[in-house]
Parts: sequence; C-alpha cells; structure tokens
Amino acid sequence: MVKKIKNLKEFSLSNDRFEGANLMCPGCAHNIIVREVLNATDDPVIVATATGCLEVCTAVYPKTSWDVSWIHIGFENAAVAAATVSAAYEVAKRKGKLPPATQKLVEEGKEPKIVAFGGDGGTYDIGFQSLSGAFERGHNFMYVCLDNEVYANTGGQRSSSTPIGASTSTSPAGSVSYGEKMMKKSMVEIMADHGAPYVAQVSPSKWKDLVKKVQKGFEVYGPVYINAQSACTTEWKHAPEDTIEVSDLGVDSCVWPLYEIINERDEHGIIYSTKLNITYRPKKKIPVEEYLAAQPRFRHLFKPENRHIIDLWQKAVDARWEYLQRREEAGV
Amino acid sequence: MAKDLKEIKDVNEIKDLGWDELIPGAALFSFTEPVEDVVEVPMEERPYAPTNSHEWQVGDWRVEKPVYNRDLCIDCQFCWVFCPDMSILSRDKKMIGVIYEHCKGCGICVEVCPTNPKSLLMFPEHTDNAQALAMWPKKEEKK
Ligand SMILES: Cc1ncc(C[n+]2csc(CCOP(=O)(O)OP(=O)(O)O)c2C)c(N)n1
Ligand code: SF4
Ligand code: SF4
Ligand code: SF4
Ligand SMILES: [Mg+2]
Repeated sequence: MVKKIKNLKEFSLSNDRFEGANLMCPGCAHNIIVREVLNATDDPVIVATATGCLEVCTAVYPKTSWDVSWIHIGFENAAVAAATVSAAYEVAKRKGKLPPATQKLVEEGKEPKIVAFGGDGGTYDIGFQSLSGAFERGHNFMYVCLDNEVYANTGGQRSSSTPIGASTSTSPAGSVSYGEKMMKKSMVEIMADHGAPYVAQVSPSKWKDLVKKVQKGFEVYGPVYINAQSACTTEWKHAPEDTIEVSDLGVDSCVWPLYEIINERDEHGIIYSTKLNITYRPKKKIPVEEYLAAQPRFRHLFKPENRHIIDLWQKAVDARWEYLQRREEAGV
Repeated sequence: MAKDLKEIKDVNEIKDLGWDELIPGAALFSFTEPVEDVVEVPMEERPYAPTNSHEWQVGDWRVEKPVYNRDLCIDCQFCWVFCPDMSILSRDKKMIGVIYEHCKGCGICVEVCPTNPKSLLMFPEHTDNAQALAMWPKKEEKK
C-alpha cells in the first residue's frame, strides 16, 4: 500500500521504527537516510544490513535499534541476504505458509518490503559480486547504498566511490600527493545496466524526492537500487550541524545529481525501453568549489599547486550533467 | 552463572553486567511481547524490551543541547525530518520538544530551523532551559 505523504507535516505523523540511543556519530547522514526510507512506508519492512557503521552502531550486543525484522549479515552479502528473504517469502506465500501475523497484514494489503542497506565499501567494492548476482537473478527487493565515499567504520580508507582529490587514510594528501587519484565509479549506471526496473540517486536533504523514489521502488517488481549521498561528519570532516548544508551543496553544484533510470523489459527479459529522468534541477548551479570548500577532506586542493584538481572536478561535473541532460532529452 | 537475556526485565540489570555475564545469543528482542503492527503504535505505547536501544541514553555525549522555544515555532517539521537521532518529538503535526535522552547535540535541528529568531538554539549543556528562554535573541535584521 502506498503511504500518503503530501507534505512534511503529514510525513511527521510517521512512527519511527528505527530507535534512538544507537551509537552513530552525532549528525550522521546514514541515520537520516534510514529514517526517510523506513518512514516512506507503513508496510512491514525486513532489513538486511552489511557490515559498516550502520550495522556496527545499531546492534552493539545486547542492544538493537531496530523495530523491524533485521538481519546482521557480512560485509559482502547484504544483497544476497535480502534476496534470500525475498525468495523465501515468495515460496511461503505461494504455499500458504506465512506466519499468521504476516498473513493478516498481507490480507490487509500490507505486503512486506525487503530492504538491504550497505555502505559504499560494501556496495561498490566488497559486496559487488553478490549485489550483481542478486540483480541479475531479478529478486524483488530494494538495495540502498549509504554512500559516504569512504570505508568510514574502519578509519576512512578510500573505496572505488571516493572522488578524486579526497584525502583519506589510504590516499592521504601531503607534500607529494593531492589525495585520491581515481574518479568515482558510476554505480547508478552500472546497476541500471543490469536491467533493473528502477534505479535512482537521492540525497537525504531532498527528503521528498527521496521518499517518492523509495515509494516508486517499492511499487515495482524486481531489484531496485538507490544510491544515497551520505555526508559523513567524521571522514568528510565537516561540523556535525552542517550535514544538511553539505548535502545541499552537493546537489546544487550537480556533484550529486538527483535522477532516476527506469527500465522496461518484455516477457523474455529484453529491455525495450530505458528512460532517465532528472528529478531536481538546481535553480542556480553553484560552482563545485563551494561544495569542496565546505569539507576539510578537500582543504589541500585550495593550495596553488593543487588548483588544477578543482578545475578537473568542475570539468567532470559539467560533463556528467551534460550527459544526463542529453540522455533525458533523448529518452534513453 | 551467565544470565539469559530473555529473563531480564529491567534495563539497569543489563547495564551492570559484564560482557561475560550474559549468555551469548543470536536474536535480540525489540519488545517484551509481540507487537502486531509496530508502525501503528506510537513510541509512548510500545512495550520496549531492555535490549532496545530506546531504553538507553546517549545524552551524556553532548556538550551543548538544543533548547526549544514554542512561541516562535511554526511547526514546519524541518527539525523532525532532519534529526538523525529520532530526538524531535512531534505529535499531530505539532513539534513538542526534544528527547534529551537520545539527542546527541549535533545541532542540525538548529541549522535547519527557518524562523527568525530561531525556535531552536544550542546552549551549553548545564544551562537551565527557563534561563535559556529568558535570554533568547531578538529578531535579526535581514542583511
Ligand atoms: C570481508 C570483510 N572485510 C573487511 C571487514 C572490516 N570492515 C568492517 S566495516 C568496514 C568498512 C565499511 O565501509 P562502508 O561499506 O563504506 O560502510 P561505512 O562504514 O562507510 O558506512 C570494513 C572494512 C569486514 N567486516 N569483512
Ligand atoms: S563515521 Fe561517518 S558514517 Fe560512520 S557513524 Fe560517523 S558520521 Fe556516520
Ligand atoms: S541536536 Fe541533533 S540529535 Fe539533538 S535534537 Fe537536534 S538534530 Fe536531533
Ligand atoms: S524547524 Fe523550527 S520552526 Fe520548524 S518545527 Fe522545528 S522548531 Fe519549529
Ligand atoms: Mg562508506
């Protein structure tokens, strides 16, 4: 059942199923994303979480911060855990073997939603094979990547999501290096190319856009991938109160464009239509420099010898924004 | 003798136990009894188990706390949606206050509050709330 959320006041009627006094850092965007995703529906939710900050800090034995069914799984297999739950659920439903409480909710139209949360390390890198496999097999679940562009939980090592120029503990900036050397991997397109029916990029600061996309994802049948920008006060090194502002700067500079890709397949699995929609267009596209300046992980880029990396950033962001607009226009 | 989690009814009993005094288990319970549809039950009415972090507190992480001024608030709910720690209490579309047991003092709610002056402001942790309200700043002129 799609929950009616016309505006923020109506959204605030939600009863959170994610609890306080978890051990995430003050100001952590992971938490804001999890709240927005869970509150996007009133249906039962089953969550699998990959190892990373979210898992470690919301289930410190003997405590749990989850009021939904929740599975603590490895670093590399959140997608496969969720896919397995999804397959088991479908069999139990077909055979009439759902637990009575679940059966009752399903009869009321409250079909359980199965969600996996993983960090960028657990998604772009280490969990990629299980994620790719689950998407190829077409299980009915949603995968949400909490993308803070670093392995935060183990002290901030670079991942294939870390953008160029970021100083991390394994790509430290200093007298001989400007930090990370590689460009960020295009995970959204990679997941869309699996033929998934719905793939989207979101930011917690644009809560309505996020909630709408999650609701769309819950409505389609098949694997759904949501890439969520997740400002990390500890590794991006901004003040905790600036989490929403930094997120907004990312969106308004088009560093973090908000868009969705919808694939339609026929009964043989052949994709006959792919559509890309940009869901948020900044009124004024701000220079990338402003986004970088708000995060001390990029501080060194403002030294004269590293300025060329900022120019490169702007070029890369402009090219990508151009590419997304061209795809949208062409309807592909 | 190690204790079984299921037999513990009071959160303070767990807090006093060492890690080796609990029988290790794979499942943690959120509630002391089955809740049919948790999304329909507001926080105040949930039968939280001592193993639910809701029963614990992180308020002592703070050095500054947000203080809420009802007189200025327009109930926009920005603070509610962006609080990472479920610490803004809103009921019937109205903002009611801060849950100090769970608030980590990040200051996001203050940053996103749109009123002038703000309806939420950070004060040193030891400040008395009534005192904080008495020294609330006046409206700031637009620069
Ligand atoms: C197979 C495996 N390798 C390494 C680890 C150690 N480890 C735990 S969490 C973590 C980092 C998680 O990074 P990410 O997925 O980006 O999540 P974040 O903490 O940033 O949210 C690592 C390397 C592990 N648990 N399992
Ligand atoms: S290290 Fe970053 S991602 Fe992890 S809890 Fe802290 S702010 Fe959140
Ligand atoms: S200071 Fe942070 S944790 Fe506390 S109520 Fe405000 S937003 Fe929530
Ligand atoms: S953000 Fe400010 S004005 Fe809006 S509900 Fe919260 S306290 Fe009230
Ligand atoms: Mg990460």
